[in-house]
Amino acid sequence: MISYIIHRVLYAIPISLGVTMFCFALVYMAPGDPLTRLLPDDASPEVIAMMKKAYGLDKPIPIQYFVWLGNALSGDLGTSIQTNRPVLDEVSKALVNTIILSAVSVVVAFSVAFILGTLAAYYNGSAVDRLATGFSVLGVSVPNYWFGIVLIILFSVQLRWLPATGMGPGGSGSFSLFSLDGLRHLVLPVITMALIPLGIIMRTTRSAVSEVLGQDFVQTLRAKGLNEWAVVKHAVRNALPGVLAVMGLQFGYLMGGSILVETIFTWPGTGSLLNQAILNRDIPVLQGTILVLALIFVATNLIVDLLQTAVDPRIKRN
Amino acid sequence: MTDTNISFATAKGAASEPQQDRVRSYWQLVRLRLRYDKVTLFFGMIIVAIVLIALLAPILPLRDPLETSMINRLKPIGHEGFILGTDELGRDMLSRIIWGGRSSLLMGLLPVALALLIGGGLGVIAGFMGGTVNMMIMRVMDVFYAFPSILLAVAISGAMGGGMLNGLISLTVVFIPPLCRVAETATTQVRGLDFVEAARASGAGSASIIGTHILGNVLAPVFVYASGMVSVSILVASGLSFLGLGVAPPTPDWGLMLSTLRQAIYVNPIVCALPGIAILITSLSFNMLSDGLRQAMDVKM
Repeated sequence: MISYIIHRVLYAIPISLGVTMFCFALVYMAPGDPLTRLLPDDASPEVIAMMKKAYGLDKPIPIQYFVWLGNALSGDLGTSIQTNRPVLDEVSKALVNTIILSAVSVVVAFSVAFILGTLAAYYNGSAVDRLATGFSVLGVSVPNYWFGIVLIILFSVQLRWLPATGMGPGGSGSFSLFSLDGLRHLVLPVITMALIPLGIIMRTTRSAVSEVLGQDFVQTLRAKGLNEWAVVKHAVRNALPGVLAVMGLQFGYLMGGSILVETIFTWPGTGSLLNQAILNRDIPVLQGTILVLALIFVATNLIVDLLQTAVDPRIKRN
Repeated sequence: MTDTNISFATAKGAASEPQQDRVRSYWQLVRLRLRYDKVTLFFGMIIVAIVLIALLAPILPLRDPLETSMINRLKPIGHEGFILGTDELGRDMLSRIIWGGRSSLLMGLLPVALALLIGGGLGVIAGFMGGTVNMMIMRVMDVFYAFPSILLAVAISGAMGGGMLNGLISLTVVFIPPLCRVAETATTQVRGLDFVEAARASGAGSASIIGTHILGNVLAPVFVYASGMVSVSILVASGLSFLGLGVAPPTPDWGLMLSTLRQAIYVNPIVCALPGIAILITSLSFNMLSDGLRQAMDVKM
């Protein structure tokens, strides 16, 4: 197991390096020379050469990459073209809000999905099962940002029960998870975000629980006279680690994929930051945000894998 | 990407297995199973209908999807002459949804088809060659696995700028790694089997082994997997358009329509929700069809 852990951690290093290379390359995917965006159109050749030297753009691209990587590792992700503030500041401020939204969403999704999935597995083939399964296929087929708009139409425009956008009057600064106002602002974005993980976690729970229910030891439990409630408890306990792992991975997906939902609800997280960066062609912010989100995704996957091995060492891995 | 590709097999109940009275080929069996699977047939027919309507848009008796009219802005559903109402510039919604289906279907199908060719090809090469070639190809794919699909698409499109071509490129890049991985796994499994060894021993070259023995066994899982990606592609593509990274206005496109109509939710909420319903029906149908294919082709993922 120790060797697996070492292996798995070492494996994450080249992946992370690959991620940094991809993010570095984003600048070169953007149309035009990176410099032309910084210089006036009538800049003289001398000025261009000077700027190239100042930005290190006169060096070969591999050297430029290592300089950039060194800066990134020491926390310098460049400066936002739009706000002129360090990219790292912008990203870390937004990251907190995305973590709040994603964490609450994934916990809500898990709570609902685990119960529904267990019921569907226990009453296999029944109306409950069909309903839950249909629900989960809808969850992954609905464009979730559209669903967010529908929720706004229903609960903010028509019924006026809940706020349509933002984190509250004080913005993210005065937002609190434990205040009524904070919760009211969370309801709609969380339901929207939870939709996809809800469907996926439910499917996983359903198949995990029904697999355990089909095993021999469940027969034994029944044979020795345990009531059904106790049998289900056993099945659930056995299915839980696998489902929790899927929940962890879903958290990573939500963190990285929050752009649409955050845009709909103008939630000031990394997704909104990305959207702003795209609108303003602010490539340093785009690059920095994507780098941070992808590295978080790699880290989440790593942690989930390690935890799962710790909980259930039987899981075979290659 | 694997997050959204899950099986919904049980939703439709077991299709009654036809009686086996003679030996049938694999594809005959697949066809037979599909014929008895009413749910899959139903959703397959919906897809055929959507595709036909989108293809026939130019000859259908529709209003011009680009014709604006200031006095007819945001008319409700059923307003005289406008069956599905009008949008924020007075354009006919019915016409725009039908025309919009063309770009949405294109953005759903083309990237997956391209990724099937490129990713599937790379996967077969990686699986067949093994060793260093395999390692190099698969490690590069692993890097792209470090991005949730929408983030990867947004990163590439965001850097390259909006437009349909850039959207197509970024979506193709998104779907290459998963399809490559499925093809690689299937190829590696087949490669070690006796009949491939036998073909090699009897002097068959790599190309003919891949063509006659490997592809036949790899195609089914890769194809089923790709069919499941179509709905993801439609969703991500509409998301890109919604963010202004896909099709450029005024071209009708479901994602773009949702984005421009968003300003009007206080005036005419139901009309604003229509393009999303189109996306939902299309993506749901592809999901269900893919699931039926998975069952009929007896592919385990």
